[in-house]
Amino acid sequence: MSSVSVPAEERPGLLRRPTAVTGLWSWFTTVDHKKIGILYGLTAFVFFLVGGLEALLIRSQLAQPNGKLLTAAQYDQVFTMHGLTMVFLFVMPMSAAFLNYMIPLMIGARDVAFPRLNAFSYWLFLFGGLFLYSSFFLGGAPNGGWFGYAPNSTTDPSPGMTFYALGLLLAGIASTAGAINLGVTVLNMRAPGMSFFRVPVFVWMGLVVQMLLAFSLPIITVALIELLFDRRFGTHFFDPAVGGDPLLWQHLFWLFGHPEVYILILPAFGIFSEVLPVFSRKPLFGYQFVVFSGISIGFIGFGVWAHHMFAVGLGPVANTAFGISTAIIAVPTGVKIFNWMATMHGGDLRFTTAMLFSVGGVMNFVIGGLSGVTHAIVPADYQQTDTYYIVAHFHYVLFGGAVLGIFSGLFYWWPKVFGRMLGEKLGKVQFWLMVIGLNLTFGPMHILGLQGMIRRTYTYPASLGLTFWNQVATVGSFTIAAGVLVFVVNAVSSLRGPKDAPADPWDGRTLEWMTSSPPPVHNFDEIPTVHALDEFWHRKYTEDKSGRPVPVQAGASEQPHPGGGGHEIHLPGPSYWPLVGALGLQLVGYGIIYGWWLAFVGAALLLVGVFGWALEPSAE
Amino acid sequence: MAQAAVEHHGGGSEHATSTGLPSTKLAMWLFLASDCLFFGALITSYVLYRGASVQGPFPRDVFDIPYTSVSSFVLLGSSLTMVLAVAAAQRRDLGRMRIWLLATAMLGMTFVGGQVYEFTRFYNEGLSLSKNLFGSTFFVLTGFHGAHVAIGILMLLSLVSFSYADKLPEDAGFPVEMIGLYWHFVDIVWIVIFTVVYLIPTGNPGK
Repeated sequence: MSSVSVPAEERPGLLRRPTAVTGLWSWFTTVDHKKIGILYGLTAFVFFLVGGLEALLIRSQLAQPNGKLLTAAQYDQVFTMHGLTMVFLFVMPMSAAFLNYMIPLMIGARDVAFPRLNAFSYWLFLFGGLFLYSSFFLGGAPNGGWFGYAPNSTTDPSPGMTFYALGLLLAGIASTAGAINLGVTVLNMRAPGMSFFRVPVFVWMGLVVQMLLAFSLPIITVALIELLFDRRFGTHFFDPAVGGDPLLWQHLFWLFGHPEVYILILPAFGIFSEVLPVFSRKPLFGYQFVVFSGISIGFIGFGVWAHHMFAVGLGPVANTAFGISTAIIAVPTGVKIFNWMATMHGGDLRFTTAMLFSVGGVMNFVIGGLSGVTHAIVPADYQQTDTYYIVAHFHYVLFGGAVLGIFSGLFYWWPKVFGRMLGEKLGKVQFWLMVIGLNLTFGPMHILGLQGMIRRTYTYPASLGLTFWNQVATVGSFTIAAGVLVFVVNAVSSLRGPKDAPADPWDGRTLEWMTSSPPPVHNFDEIPTVHALDEFWHRKYTEDKSGRPVPVQAGASEQPHPGGGGHEIHLPGPSYWPLVGALGLQLVGYGIIYGWWLAFVGAALLLVGVFGWALEPSAE
Repeated sequence: MAQAAVEHHGGGSEHATSTGLPSTKLAMWLFLASDCLFFGALITSYVLYRGASVQGPFPRDVFDIPYTSVSSFVLLGSSLTMVLAVAAAQRRDLGRMRIWLLATAMLGMTFVGGQVYEFTRFYNEGLSLSKNLFGSTFFVLTGFHGAHVAIGILMLLSLVSFSYADKLPEDAGFPVEMIGLYWHFVDIVWIVIFTVVYLIPTGNPGK
């Protein structure tokens, strides 16, 4: 952290550093983790709306037997892009938004460890997403599923899967850089006194996620490079005709893909672990159990990948081993569920919208978790695999768990980020629309799957008797969409209202509630010294003899800082170079498809970005 | 990573960090750990397809072990000059530091040049990316390693030119040490690749 600045005159640079910290242009050059967090969140939410529209297209197509809305080829593109969008362009970057914004505030830091690298991650994620979506106008979007199984993905003649390989490589580089950055931030930037067991659970889960990213992304990077080379340069990695093995793709993909599942859900687990204690007015039950089960989920998550491949014929020994490891990973997950329930037990419960989303998230996640355990039983999985039962399972986990967790986090931290409250009434309407909608949509899919409806099918004949439950699912999906629309109305009207949110609207427990809403650019006037887990709570309350919280007698130092001072604190200045470098990498991506000259232009731009970055004067 | 190393001049050395390690160093270790899995997956692909090619040229047809041994020793020798460069930079002896950095870069360029020559010869003997699985896996694995070495050379030469332009931080030993970590890592990966790819016989059933 360049917290000690050198005056500009003493370090003359080739190029001036941008100086604007407000206005439109400042958003392009910002290195402030809070602004980057907002950019991540806004971009991810737009992708969420696009991915949601794709889901509505899918459900409209399947609302009737022999649906004619989409052709088979269009349907392939829409369901593939729906999956890619929701996984790589919504849930992952939305988690990155929360982690970016909240980690420095929750550990008492002024920014992340590498602010410009943080901006680079954001821009590269944005350009990677735009790159993927540009394929719709450049000959066809990816159409081989988000898992891109070979050899279908290597032999398909449309350019879609080339965009898939390159787009995910770009997003992967962004995530790797982000993982290293946020991982180092948690390890190295904690406030004085914040030992590892005083770190909030959300930050802990963030750290586990960054480690999962750092060690699983290189594996899919190799898989995507091999896919790209097979498609573009005539290699034979996945070509059975000359001895290649398509199963190599599945192993590499799921060796990344299963940790990815935990990358998607653990931030939501972190949100539950923050929201439930605050609205139960109790500390998290078994903090260390929750932390250690999160860590063990991270480790075991690397040892279960072949449960996605039971039906490909790995043999009874491998299937049994992976069946057992899959059943085992349910244990630390179950530990967390019980911890959350015990946290609420006997608590002083307040059912705000944030609390509702957390409780609903835990409950719906449990449904998805239970159907997940049924996949660990290999013979049962033979029946379920590639049917709608699987679709039901992972939507309960990802929508019921991760997306409801994200909305819980949005309602919980919105006042901190924007200085305004979200409407509670509209929030509750949204909650019920989404919970009812998700159960109407994904509940019937269990039945459809057990009736034999296969995944990824673009239509079905009336004679199969699948019509009724498909119609119910379609009604459910539009109910969810109505809920999302209510959120958009709520968000817009909140942002138009006055900035009147207090610093600590929920009687919070962690450091981010100590500073003003929204926080000043330097986060804290004075870096707090931490003496306990739930530091802020202990500054506000002490306990009477029966263990009930009693407010501490008003002492000036215990009050939230108004955030007016801090003029002498030097923060890293804004920079153009992350944007330039990310743009260069995107051009390299297009160049690999459209010609080497473009790739050279992109590489040159990347080099300009890197050297501009390295030589940028560090002065404000 | 060059930029990260240079920009944070001294990483957290001016600011106490929670672990006591400079943030840049921690980030470099994390990146190298992540890169281990990158090469791990590439080497796995190579090993999985050992002896699986249905047509030649096979490894024994093209490999020239003495030639590659020499270029491997050149690359390993560059680790020594890298250490000397770090030591000189930590003594603030910029003259010696430049000499050893340039020597390291020259040894690296000799290795990459040797690799380009080797690739050309293999290609002329009929081995290409698309010829067979050996060609696909060999060129992608060693090519990505060569690209790592090339990036390392670029960072070494940047350090030298930054030192002439007086752009290195007061504590010049720090960025040199960070790039040294990267350089040693790339060398170690080559020891694994050289052993697995060149030295362990393939036992190809085809020939």
